[in-house]
Amino acid sequence: MTTTRPAPAVPAVRRTAAWRRRDRRWGWVFVGPQLIGMVLFILGPFVASLVLAFASWDGLTALKWVGLANFVDQLTDELLLKSIVNTLLIALITVPVGLALALLIAVALEKLRTRSLYLVLFFAPVVTSTVAVAMIWQQLFRADGVLSGFIASTFHIDPPDWLGDPHLALISVCIVTIWSSVGLNAVIFLAGLQGISPSLIEAAQLDGAGAWSLLTRIRMPLISPIIFFSTIVAFISSLQTFDTVFVLTADAGPDNATRTIVYHIYDLGFGRFEFGPSSAASVILLVLTLVITGLQFAAQKRFVHYESD
Amino acid sequence: MAATDTIAPATLGDRQARTGRTLRKVGLHVVLLGAGLAMVFPFVWMLLTSFKTLPQLLEDPLSFLPNPWTIANYVQAWTSVPFGQAYLNSAYICLLSVAGTLVTASMAGYAFARIEFKGAKALFIVFLATQMIPKQVTLIPFYLLMSKFGWVDSHLSLIVPAMLVNPFAVFLMRQFVLTLPKELEEAARVDGCGRWRMFWRIVLPNLRPGLAALAIIVALDVWNNFLFPLVLLNTPDLFTVPLLLTSFRGQFGTINYGLVMAASAIATVPMLVAFVIGQRKIIASLASSGLGGR
Repeated sequence: MTTTRPAPAVPAVRRTAAWRRRDRRWGWVFVGPQLIGMVLFILGPFVASLVLAFASWDGLTALKWVGLANFVDQLTDELLLKSIVNTLLIALITVPVGLALALLIAVALEKLRTRSLYLVLFFAPVVTSTVAVAMIWQQLFRADGVLSGFIASTFHIDPPDWLGDPHLALISVCIVTIWSSVGLNAVIFLAGLQGISPSLIEAAQLDGAGAWSLLTRIRMPLISPIIFFSTIVAFISSLQTFDTVFVLTADAGPDNATRTIVYHIYDLGFGRFEFGPSSAASVILLVLTLVITGLQFAAQKRFVHYESD
Repeated sequence: MAATDTIAPATLGDRQARTGRTLRKVGLHVVLLGAGLAMVFPFVWMLLTSFKTLPQLLEDPLSFLPNPWTIANYVQAWTSVPFGQAYLNSAYICLLSVAGTLVTASMAGYAFARIEFKGAKALFIVFLATQMIPKQVTLIPFYLLMSKFGWVDSHLSLIVPAMLVNPFAVFLMRQFVLTLPKELEEAARVDGCGRWRMFWRIVLPNLRPGLAALAIIVALDVWNNFLFPLVLLNTPDLFTVPLLLTSFRGQFGTINYGLVMAASAIATVPMLVAFVIGQRKIIASLASSGLGGR
């Protein structure tokens, strides 16, 4: 920056040098509080978590190294494997379905001039705490509740037991997850769609593009960086599903049908005080998160379109 | 493309096209209104159920409106657990966490955007990278650290870490600072203004829209936080609203779920009212955070 400036007078140079020297210190002062917090509350515990994953410790007696024993123990533990499968299922159902619905809503809303009423309706679940959301849906999903009653009387079948049936329990978790996040993604996509220059749409319409090809060939590629970003965020957050299964399906559902990785970590750590295996499970969660995010970044080259300017 | 040229909209009559467009718009409104009402149905059902008496919950089929209406569930929910205290707890935890985050994150964001100091780039990458670590991964060592500090079952374990570290907030504030014109600061610098005064007097006032957006994002995050309060707090008088709400999770038997709905309403309605009042700003803030501060 300073090299391109018009040649300043000599005192100014000296002043600039002194300023920059002081600035170096100011940099650390300004970053200081967050840096202390980062070291104390994120990096420190993170390193400790890595250490605990290779140790046996109950919080009372001395820490003992056990090598990979915790990982062997966890990766052969049916409960963890079940948790991983459930978590992946939740992610693989909620992310595509949730984002597709959000895109549909965004495209519909973009066509309207007055949309604030709809935005409020779709967004209300987003600002509601996941615990309250799960409490409310728990009552909606009761076997003698409103949804089952409606389905039973409409289709003349036995009322489904959403939270008691293992398969339905996982689907219930997915429904609630989508319900509480679709509004946020719709608003994000809407902001992206509004950023598309109208001339591009008009040009495509003149070329005879119909509504469907306008969506898939013009709009979606143009907002693909936003879709990509939302996919990553949605995947990461669904890999961390906890509140919903803890409240909605009262701990982990019938026969652990909705046990997720984070619930597993919580259960091992704070239910049984097995800090080593719990830390190993959390390292597995981290690796899974990194691998899935990495895969998405690898895939984006084929699907994500960045404008050259 | 060439094949579709022959049925381009230009060949349709103008009036016909306009009527078609109006019809489609009405259809769109009908579909969206239906979907929107379906979205808020759980809230509506929560309210209706919360005013029902026990016999009405056992009806088959369930009636839509309560008859008679009763507030007994609200009285019982409010008196059986310390809801008022929980609201106070959540409010002050939220207030302090937000205030702290605004100060520390805007300071750090400013430094990363404007100040050239050794290691700034590497440090910023660390801040970006730690966002990839799920919070739950550090849960156990974090809990052990808090117990070492003597902060377990104390609000300090929620407030102090929230005030001091939020990598996403730092990233967001850096983005906001980058949108400010540099000339403001350069003019101040020529007048002999130092970094400290420059930040508080010139940068921070100009960051007001960004700070408001961040405040909303952090407030929602802190208010709805569940896992950490669940693990860190034991005394019901210290509970936050979501944590207190879980005491209705099956504890009172599942028969009178009107009570559960009344408790849920106590926990959600004030927040929903606040949302409707501030909807424009709240939706815009969350959208901008979802777009990575764009």
